[in-house]
Amino acid sequence: MKPRRMALSPRGMNLLKRRGWQVALSTVMLAGLAFTAVAGWIGTPIGSRNFAIAFVWIGWFAALIILLIPIFGRGWCSICPIPLVGDWVQRGAVLGPQRRQPRGLGLRVPAILRNMWTQNAAFALLALFSATILTSPRITAAALVGMFVLATGLSLVFERRAFCRYVCPMGGFIGLYSQVAPVEIRVDSRATCAACQTKACYNGSPEGYGCPWGVFPASLTRNNYCGLCLECLRTCPNDNLTVRVRPVAADLAVPSTRHDEAFKSLIMLGSAMVYAAVLLGPWSAFKNAAFSTGSLAWLVYAAVFLLLVLGVLPGSLWLVGHFSQRLTPRGETTTANPSARAGSAFAAFATPLVPLGLAFWAAFSLTFLLTNGSYVLSSLSDPLGIGWNLIGTAGVPWQPMLAGAIAPLQAAVLVGGFVWATRVARSVTARLKLPSVPLIGFLFLPTVVMMWLLI
Amino acid sequence: MITDRRPRFARLISWGLIASAAAALALIPLPLVRTAPRHVTLRVEAAQFAFAPSELSVNAGDTVTLELVSTDVVHGLYVDQYDLGMEADPGQTSRLTFVADKPGSFRIRCNVACGQYHPFMIGRLTVGTPIAFWRAAGLALLALAAILLGAVRPAREAAA
Repeated sequence: MKPRRMALSPRGMNLLKRRGWQVALSTVMLAGLAFTAVAGWIGTPIGSRNFAIAFVWIGWFAALIILLIPIFGRGWCSICPIPLVGDWVQRGAVLGPQRRQPRGLGLRVPAILRNMWTQNAAFALLALFSATILTSPRITAAALVGMFVLATGLSLVFERRAFCRYVCPMGGFIGLYSQVAPVEIRVDSRATCAACQTKACYNGSPEGYGCPWGVFPASLTRNNYCGLCLECLRTCPNDNLTVRVRPVAADLAVPSTRHDEAFKSLIMLGSAMVYAAVLLGPWSAFKNAAFSTGSLAWLVYAAVFLLLVLGVLPGSLWLVGHFSQRLTPRGETTTANPSARAGSAFAAFATPLVPLGLAFWAAFSLTFLLTNGSYVLSSLSDPLGIGWNLIGTAGVPWQPMLAGAIAPLQAAVLVGGFVWATRVARSVTARLKLPSVPLIGFLFLPTVVMMWLLI
Repeated sequence: MITDRRPRFARLISWGLIASAAAALALIPLPLVRTAPRHVTLRVEAAQFAFAPSELSVNAGDTVTLELVSTDVVHGLYVDQYDLGMEADPGQTSRLTFVADKPGSFRIRCNVACGQYHPFMIGRLTVGTPIAFWRAAGLALLALAAILLGAVRPAREAAA
């Protein structure tokens, strides 16, 4: 039985097709980005009193993990300010298509880079410096400006949004977990797309731009690489694209076959565990090593981190896949599915890590948000930490919120994520005709470790 | 038409049992090993950005006096969920006395902005048995048992 999907009403679709609201929202976000960078650079160096830290890393990040991604998937990407100016420059327009030829060199991204490996490396690199980025307003400002400059520069060299699709570390993160969101853009009829002469959704038209993410919408089966920019809704001459509400995690029905995506899942899972240990754990030697960037202790910390996310976790998952195949009598693994034969159950076996990883990050963010949320209130009133009191909340003292509810909430999120992951694991192993017990065991162990770290 | 209702009935029963066990694990007060209450004094040194020792342990019911000594800048010590805190100037000793009547594992954290990594200056106070963790682990084990016994079905679309 195919799960039901519910299309957005015609009125809702017409609203989404209008560009004005999106440009307005993105521009507000761009102003917010500029303000955050300025606040980070010239405001107080005390992170908890600076808007750049308190709002971005406590407020925005928690909202992203706990609400935006689980509900809207890549909804944030549709109004993200980072690629905005690059888009405007590349297109030679702000409000709508005016030029047929893009500005800039318009090169295609080299084939060797058309995957998630760069994003994986970018995220791992950021994760190594996370303690510093999360606490230093100036470094947060520099990171945001660096991403903005890189996105704009790449727009001048490559076609479409090369930064968003292949480089942005947050984009890879959001894309991975957007697979669970109950929102999607898909074509109504593939036959209509096959018969379409213009392929305006990909090539652009006077009504809108060709897909900035380089995706041909008729081939969309998952949310990962759809940035919800809505351009295809505007360009399709046949009104063949629809925004639909669907069952959660529908994308995970078909297991991934890509190793870059598998590594993304593993890096995210491992990072959540390391963050929980370093940032929220009691081990001072571990903390001091992570904080002393560039020192010998930090190099050891970096090596341990990379060994965990690029060695131990992937190696364990590979062994689980290998063990599952060994448990299956020869000839019983599906010959219709080469991934089950080729020892690369690895990529498919990483699919359940998507709901599990999201649960890890949500549980981690709950502590962060509820313990430090009061900093957001005070930073809104005094964003630079220089004694302003714009909305009367500057004097709000630090006070954890719902302290007694954090552990039960985390337990519920982690157990829920584990159950959800096992459902996906059972469907993945059923497809590959492999036993599910080894994979479920693999999911269980990090879940209990994360509980121990957080609760 | 005769319909075999056993699978559905069996599923309802199994879900009922799982839900009951989960509720019991999550809510029923666990029998705790009670020892005679003591008066415990624990000295904690605070320096950017760690407590030493960073892990403290007392029995449930103990009267605890925490002595906070700061060795560099002004630091604080706040006990999560007990909602108790104190501050210590460099070289000075502050004291906080309370009855550790809530069992569990609680973060202790600096509550005075003491520098860049202040938000992560965190330690741990364990009072008796860390019940919340064991409840959570028990629920995960229960979920694992339910899954292995077949009570949780594969994700719908893939099963189709």
